[in-house]
Amino acid sequence: MIDTPKGLVSPTMATKRVAASMAKRKKSERNFQRLGRGAIAVALAFLVVLFFSIFSKGLPGFFQYYVEIEVDIDRERLDPTDDLSLQSLYDGDARGVIRSALYAAVDAEGRSNKRAAGKLISPGAEQRLRKMVYNDPSLMDTTQTLRFALDDDVDSFLRGFIKRETPEKDRRINDRMVEYIDRLQADGKIIYAFSDYLIFGSASRNPEMAGIYGALMGSILTLSVCLVLAFPIGVATAIYLEEIAPKNRITEIIEININNLAAVPSVVFGILGLAVFIGIFGMPRSIPLIGGVVLALMTLPTIIISSRAAIRAVPPSVREAALGVGASQVQTIFHHVIPLAMPGMLTGTIIGMAQALGETAPLLMIGMVAFIVDVPGSVTDPGTVLPVQIFMWADFAERMFVQKTSAAIIVLLAFLITMNAAAIIVRKKLERRW
Amino acid sequence: MIESQKVAIPEVPDLDLAKLPNATIGDIYVETPRMTARQVRVNYGDKIAIEDVSLDIGSCEVISFIGPSGCGKSTFLRCLNRMNDTIKTCKVSGDIRLNGDDIYAPDVDVVPLRARVGMVFQKPNPFPKSIFDNVAYGPKIHGLAEDSGHLKKIVQEALERAGLWPEVHNRLDDPGTGLSGGQQQRLCIARAIAVSPEIILMDEPCSALDPIATARIEQLIHELSSEYSIVIVTHSLQQAARVSRRTAYFHLGRLVEVGLTDELFMKPQHEMTNNYITGRFG
Amino acid sequence: MSDLHIVSQFQSELDAIKAKIIKMGGLVEASIVGASASLYNRDAELAEHVRASDAAIDTLEQQINDEAARVIALRSPNAEDLRLLLTVIKVSGNLERIADYSKNIAKRTRVLLELRSIDGSPAALRRMAREVELMLGDALNAYVQQDQALALSVIARDEAVDQIYNTLFREFLTFMMEDPRNITACMHLHFIAKNIERMGDHVTSIAEQVVFYTSGEKPTDERTKADVTSSDAALSGMKPTWSTGAE
Repeated sequence: MIDTPKGLVSPTMATKRVAASMAKRKKSERNFQRLGRGAIAVALAFLVVLFFSIFSKGLPGFFQYYVEIEVDIDRERLDPTDDLSLQSLYDGDARGVIRSALYAAVDAEGRSNKRAAGKLISPGAEQRLRKMVYNDPSLMDTTQTLRFALDDDVDSFLRGFIKRETPEKDRRINDRMVEYIDRLQADGKIIYAFSDYLIFGSASRNPEMAGIYGALMGSILTLSVCLVLAFPIGVATAIYLEEIAPKNRITEIIEININNLAAVPSVVFGILGLAVFIGIFGMPRSIPLIGGVVLALMTLPTIIISSRAAIRAVPPSVREAALGVGASQVQTIFHHVIPLAMPGMLTGTIIGMAQALGETAPLLMIGMVAFIVDVPGSVTDPGTVLPVQIFMWADFAERMFVQKTSAAIIVLLAFLITMNAAAIIVRKKLERRW
Repeated sequence: MIESQKVAIPEVPDLDLAKLPNATIGDIYVETPRMTARQVRVNYGDKIAIEDVSLDIGSCEVISFIGPSGCGKSTFLRCLNRMNDTIKTCKVSGDIRLNGDDIYAPDVDVVPLRARVGMVFQKPNPFPKSIFDNVAYGPKIHGLAEDSGHLKKIVQEALERAGLWPEVHNRLDDPGTGLSGGQQQRLCIARAIAVSPEIILMDEPCSALDPIATARIEQLIHELSSEYSIVIVTHSLQQAARVSRRTAYFHLGRLVEVGLTDELFMKPQHEMTNNYITGRFG
Repeated sequence: MSDLHIVSQFQSELDAIKAKIIKMGGLVEASIVGASASLYNRDAELAEHVRASDAAIDTLEQQINDEAARVIALRSPNAEDLRLLLTVIKVSGNLERIADYSKNIAKRTRVLLELRSIDGSPAALRRMAREVELMLGDALNAYVQQDQALALSVIARDEAVDQIYNTLFREFLTFMMEDPRNITACMHLHFIAKNIERMGDHVTSIAEQVVFYTSGEKPTDERTKADVTSSDAALSGMKPTWSTGAE
């Protein structure tokens, strides 16, 4: 070629040059794919490590050690006034009944031995016996084989965290207790079973009795309040901004503010809740109602933004068709736009809820960190939420708490995955073609 | 707000403006008009889309609007059922009357107006509902049916008039969007008919359809014209020649010429009309 | 109306048809001139040439008709284009008939050359033919230039041609009544005159097509029929003296 030709290249020349460029293009494509695959592999590796560590620590937390002993359910000792009232049961000596059964099981004689035997069992065992008898009075004056939780030190010993080899004065269980444990184990009376305490028990200083039930209920109540507030307000705001509001400066300012609120750290909302609801309005701390309101404020921007996007995605031809037939603006919005935008709105809401479920900081600010044993029954009962419970358990020293913390994390993750899966299913089901 | 309406206002070259006639050529008046428009002017912001257009729409006649892109024919069409209200920057002035009543009077509710002046759009847009619900929606919201039996009859008659009943009578619960393009457009026509309009506006109804579907719709227009007035905007000169009794030629926002279709296509009176329909532009 | 079509192919098709009409018109004019000259100059060779050249004119008419039909089918023309194509079919038909008359004149001329000459009439015939030739030229110019005024003037001039024919008719009658030996020649000459008069009518028809093409209206005036020979009572009363015997 003497001159560089200008302008469009002839087809034959173009074919040649394109073919020549293919090698380089294919190479860079391959490199890109390799990088991509590598990145995915690294991410997966991290994910595997994360899940492995959680599950290896957490799965054992779903189980704990129980002892099965024959208990002589003596009516006179348990129910002195013989009327099966709660007062009578509390006045009664459930603990003594259980202890008698225990002494019999390990042949404990003498004061120090009996004391050792008594420490084997969880303090919550007596409450369980009371409940059992209260719910089923026919058990009175019978002999039953009952299962009670072992004390957390015994549990740790059985898991191997408290070692036999450690000298007695450094151990939390003494030699006599070890002897009794061996005896019970030899008799096959020690069971390793699914922990009903974890799910159904509430907060407790005793790790073997501690459970997430209270926190779970608190989470559910708080999220319900959040949903009931955030969804209607968020959807209505989105409809207003997209369909009704005039496009002027004020609307622009509102939009900018909403978009910015989505990025505000969640703890700020907690401070807001603390200052306004608790400080100014004087509402009680630590109740799901306040927690729900704070979370609702936090979730609103997410819902509004995703709802607006869903509304905008509805093609204008549907609106025109509705208006053309003589539908009013309100009818167009509610009969046509919203049903078509609903999948997007619901998806955004569920994702917002999933985020709210895992929030800890704002709820800490409004005081849902208190140690609350009773399960909250309504939105005005004090309570806590699952992530806060996990946070509190992480502080405690006992070994069993570590496992229960990981188990609680698994429960929380399961919740989140379920909610996200629900979002996907909802979206797929409601997706319409137009 | 339908913000996505992008309206192309052409830059007006002085040369073309000079060729426009001072007043519309041809007969804009009709003896018993159903709709009258006088000195209609439409602005988008400060751009003028339509200037000084006056025209009568007769009862039970088919009149077509032709003209190059951006000439204002669709804009004028949308004035007749106040669909331009949905566009924020649009301002309409002038006198437009339906059977003598000013449709832009301040106390007029557009909802019943749009039931009397129906519209069919360029791209068929059935609701994402069943075929039955598509046609029944209008009568339902306007309370036209006395009971559910009456509603079913209304739907059936509308579908029959639209020539769609034989094809869908046994699958009324199927989604409207599952029909073919031509069927969808006939469904949209049935939807417009179901609210018993007096005038049906059609904005390029066949531009997305194949020739056979187009022919069916044109046959349908002919059948419907015995009952309704039909105003059809079209880019196809041959279609305007085939279906309409009168033709109105718009250019650069003015109504240049209006006349009986057979006369206008054989012997247009104005040079610009002649240039447009023969495919000449200087 | 002189703007060009956006689709240049369409424009060139219409231009091609116009060019063919002009070409055909030229051939027909030449044919008229040749027939007239061959009669006046008693030129047998020229007469034969005129007769032979009719074939090319017939071919052109066929081509023009085919082209026009094709363009109508494919281009869906409107307004002036449609009028052009409709009229061009008729105009080519008219031209073809004119050329046929010209050919007939040439054939009769060959025969006349064997017979005795009649004084005076060839000059009149030549004048008549010249007038028709000029009318044809103007009509075709009016067609191509879309000149309505010119077309209307052509229509008016047909009256003069008809007048010449009337005069010749009476003259021939007189010649035939004077001397029966003139009858054969006069009959031929009469037919020639009739042919030229018919040519004039066809040219008028072409001019009427031009009016329709330019304005879309049919010409409103009734075409003045000045040929009175079929209706003039005085003429029909003239009987030849030899048929009724001596008076």
